[in-house]
Amino acid sequence: MCLAIPGKITTIESKYDGLVQVAKVSFGGIIKEASLEMVPHAKVDDYVLVHVGVAISVVDEAEARQTFKYLEQMGEVAEELNIHGFLPDQKEYS
Amino acid sequence: MKFLSEYRDPEVARQYLDEIRKTITRPWTIMEVCGGQTHSLVKNGILDMLPDEVRMVHGPGCPVCVTPLNLIDKAVYLAEEKNVILCSFGDMLRVPGSEKSLLEAKANGADIRILYSPLEAVNIARDNPDREVVFFAVGFETTAPANALSVVHADRYELKNYSILTSHVLVPPAIEAVMDDEATQIEGFLAAGHVCTIMGISEYYPLVDKYKVPIVVTGFEPVDLLQGILMTVKQLENGEHKLENQYARMVRPEGNPHAIKTLEEVFDITDRMWRGIGVIPGSGYELKAKYAAYDARLKFDVNIPEAPESDSCIAGEVMKGIKKPFECPNFGKACKPETPLGAPMVSSEGACAAYYHFSGMLEELETVQP
Ligand code: SF4
Repeated sequence: MCLAIPGKITTIESKYDGLVQVAKVSFGGIIKEASLEMVPHAKVDDYVLVHVGVAISVVDEAEARQTFKYLEQMGEVAEELNIHGFLPDQKEYS
Repeated sequence: MKFLSEYRDPEVARQYLDEIRKTITRPWTIMEVCGGQTHSLVKNGILDMLPDEVRMVHGPGCPVCVTPLNLIDKAVYLAEEKNVILCSFGDMLRVPGSEKSLLEAKANGADIRILYSPLEAVNIARDNPDREVVFFAVGFETTAPANALSVVHADRYELKNYSILTSHVLVPPAIEAVMDDEATQIEGFLAAGHVCTIMGISEYYPLVDKYKVPIVVTGFEPVDLLQGILMTVKQLENGEHKLENQYARMVRPEGNPHAIKTLEEVFDITDRMWRGIGVIPGSGYELKAKYAAYDARLKFDVNIPEAPESDSCIAGEVMKGIKKPFECPNFGKACKPETPLGAPMVSSEGACAAYYHFSGMLEELETVQP
């Protein structure tokens, strides 16, 4: 649960009448929403380290790719992003 | 070296292992605080590759493991209240409460939802104005900013139906608790990388001075862990105790100032009960008075009596690094992931689960005691 996964910001949009800015972040093709409130200077195409839906730092591309590759190999990405599961019905909520 | 070829950089890992072997002249006991690191050490076979002189013990850095039994009972109670949607990270669901786990409550029809992010819980609250949404906010410093942000968002949307049940714990006071235990043999620490991505490293200087132990802020990948262990061993062999940062590529000395600001905005530091360990002073977060409306404990006035802990689970000793999981008489017998007696057998970051799933310990145990 304390892992953070690097991904690439694909779009940044404002939601709920502009009350929050939400980024779409691609984790090797899997798109999840992430808040950029802890990294307000992050831009589209930047790589960010995301933990439970919040980007916690901007990382360089080479580092992001290597870390992601490692996490994917070790089977940690799916677990951390909650995209397949040890509980059969969690998809309906994610 | 079974898994070495899968590492990000097998050659570098091999070099670190060789250097650890060359440097070390006597046994040293080192604790990795973070459960994510425990998981990585066991899953990647690093414990088997290290020379025998490196004795790694596993720390209390598993948020699911240290969440008090009483809070799980409270969460179950809230989930069974008619109008509550209880949202949680998946790991919490299997943890045994005194009567049942959240998973059992869910099977009985309680509306419990497994989420990836607390911000999703706020959106559920927005979409369900006639329901109460409670997020079970567990976690260390890495997760606390996201949970704090959920309250900030709920406040921004002026939601009246969102609250959090907090069990937020902090690493530095846990290191103190572990070192203050008379039975401790720990001589050095690997501090948790992503915790320091948020908080920075300054909190660890006083600990290095007070306990005269090396502390090395370390990442999660095998090469990170091996380098962190090497840095710790070098200090120990040289009779030094310094704070070092192995994970500088992700950890700035000052941390993430935006995250720290959000934490200070939303939370006050408070004493916290750690399951298996007891109350540690100043070891957690609670919501500030100005956000009291978002505190599930105050909102629902849940009065669940403290239930006694199972006395056969030695999770406290395991999490303080005094005993290894396989030294627990229940390990792999009465206590398995399907029938857990304690939280460390449930969470993917719990030491007992890590040993059960990934290490050869169980087979060894079975061959020794058929
Ligand atoms: S093996 Fe089970 S009973 Fe023993 S300490 Fe671990 S969780 Fe507790």
